[in-house]
Amino acid sequence: MLNLLTDPNLRWILLGSMLLGLSGGVIGTFSYLRKQSLIGDTLAHAALPGICIAFMLTGVKSVGLFLVGALLAGAAATLSVTLITRYSRIKPDAAMGIVLSLFFAVGIVLLTRIQHSSYGNQSGLDKFLFGQAASMTSSDLYTLGGVALLLVIACGLLYKEFKLLSFDPGYGRGLGFPMGLLEQLLLGLTTVAVVVGIQAVGVVLVAALLITPAVSARYWTDRLGVMTVLAGLFGALSGAAGAWISSGVSQLPTGPISVLAATACFVASVLFGPRRGLAAKLLGRRSARRRWLAESAGATRANIQAAMQATAQAAVLTDGQANVHDNAHPNVHSAAHANERRASV
Amino acid sequence: MSGFWIMLTGALVATCCAVLGCFLVLRRMALVGDAISHAVLPGIAIAFLVSGSRGSFFMLLGAALVGFVAVFLIQLFQSGGVQSDASIGVVFTALFAVGVVLISLNARNIDLDLDCVLFGEIAYVQWNTLEIGALSLGPKAVWLLGLTLLVIAAVVSLFYKQFKLCAFDPALAAALGIPVAVFHYLLMGLVSMATVSSFESVGAVLVVGLLVIPPAAAYLLTDRLGTMIGLAVVIGIVSSVAGYGAAVWLDASIAGCMVCAAGVQFALAFLFSPSHGLVTRRRRLRAAALGGRAG
Repeated sequence: MLNLLTDPNLRWILLGSMLLGLSGGVIGTFSYLRKQSLIGDTLAHAALPGICIAFMLTGVKSVGLFLVGALLAGAAATLSVTLITRYSRIKPDAAMGIVLSLFFAVGIVLLTRIQHSSYGNQSGLDKFLFGQAASMTSSDLYTLGGVALLLVIACGLLYKEFKLLSFDPGYGRGLGFPMGLLEQLLLGLTTVAVVVGIQAVGVVLVAALLITPAVSARYWTDRLGVMTVLAGLFGALSGAAGAWISSGVSQLPTGPISVLAATACFVASVLFGPRRGLAAKLLGRRSARRRWLAESAGATRANIQAAMQATAQAAVLTDGQANVHDNAHPNVHSAAHANERRASV
Repeated sequence: MSGFWIMLTGALVATCCAVLGCFLVLRRMALVGDAISHAVLPGIAIAFLVSGSRGSFFMLLGAALVGFVAVFLIQLFQSGGVQSDASIGVVFTALFAVGVVLISLNARNIDLDLDCVLFGEIAYVQWNTLEIGALSLGPKAVWLLGLTLLVIAAVVSLFYKQFKLCAFDPALAAALGIPVAVFHYLLMGLVSMATVSSFESVGAVLVVGLLVIPPAAAYLLTDRLGTMIGLAVVIGIVSSVAGYGAAVWLDASIAGCMVCAAGVQFALAFLFSPSHGLVTRRRRLRAAALGGRAG
């Protein structure tokens, strides 16, 4: 594992995986906020027939050509999802399932055609299914790294527009931004991120590159800028972890390890994220309960004084019932609610 | 004879998937089916390590358990505030990654090809036969799928009313005292079972095709649940027969061709369904407009 910093080949793989993770996280932030997390999964499966057709037409195995084929297939897939949901009563989730499996099936039929016929240099085409981060050549890495960098730069330049698109497209249209065009652009960038991500982790797992870092980042912040940076960071970290761990253990594939690293990030975020995390919620609940108990003790004393004045016996009774109810569901809201009620009493 | 066994296996897979898929499509959980079909991989791998054979009872059990875990985790994150499709994505990719790692770590002990997990090898179905004594009883996969189909048919017909109500109006079902959560998990357990018994034949990704496409096509053809299930089964069986024919003709993946055949039928239903088809509705609108002008 230590030879990572000295072995130039491994250094390239590390850098490439980090860049792919980074771009996936940044793009994924926007698709998560637009509630289209699984579009990445659909696009990844749809890329297969595009890649196969590109190979069948040219007979050349190059990342650039595959990118073009996958982009076109991805566009066709998103168009079919839109058409099916717009012109029939099929719901979006079923439409995505249909398009995903149908495109993948076409891809498999083409792939077996390629394997059974004399296209020659076809070995390695199926590596796309499970990723081939560890066997990337340096020219592949230049292409992929360059594309990933371009993606990040594009997101940086169009940050304000994509922010509008994610939160309030209607307002953006009112301001005169071409929202339809921006939507297509974001979809195109997502497709590019998915296609380069397939190289790293494979068709099935590429969805994780987009979703998991973005969901993890959401646990830490409410600001889009911070979230984008964090998601990119998580993505890059998990890419690096995947490359590093799998370089040490010979049988471990890079892609799944990257995904598991991202999942570890996610679990840590679920547990320890401020405010949304499980630990923060439990602590907040406990301190709220303690505050509430302290206050209710004070309130009881006040109530006893009030009862001694014998003016509001009925009010004490109802307040006591409310206490029982709130203790059954001790959380911040009901405690705060009860405080308000007591203040009004 | 080999063609017969392959078509029979395909038809059994399609029937299992079509029955369950109808409920998934109606409950807007098509992608949960997608998630389960990927997430059962670690269950399959672990059961394989424990029992040392595939197509066994252990495998069904292990995968059904992991399917439950996946559904439970998805619900957990969803109730914790994660968007539903994002929680589906996080859970199934994580479980699938665990499965791939388990398989590649034990590559020497596991005779389980990752390609086979994704695409299935329905063409090899006939070689793996169940034998009692000297008597050959036909392919193991057919027996396994037949058993699964029997369980699915028994459970669904026994609780048909409850499943129906849960699919259309879970709130009313809960108000009537039907344990909606129990039926949810029961359905998910059946989906995991169907996925595991069919993954060997058609692969993890194409199970989704057979789960979603025939029911979606049937959904466009009828408004009655019973009819929808029947139509979905018919469409599934037609796809497996037509898909096999196309695969022989094209010399390509059988499972892939089956899903493509289902896709063609969906496209036909999408365009020409008597009640909901695109072309039919257009034509009816035009006829109505012409009739209005004439009148």
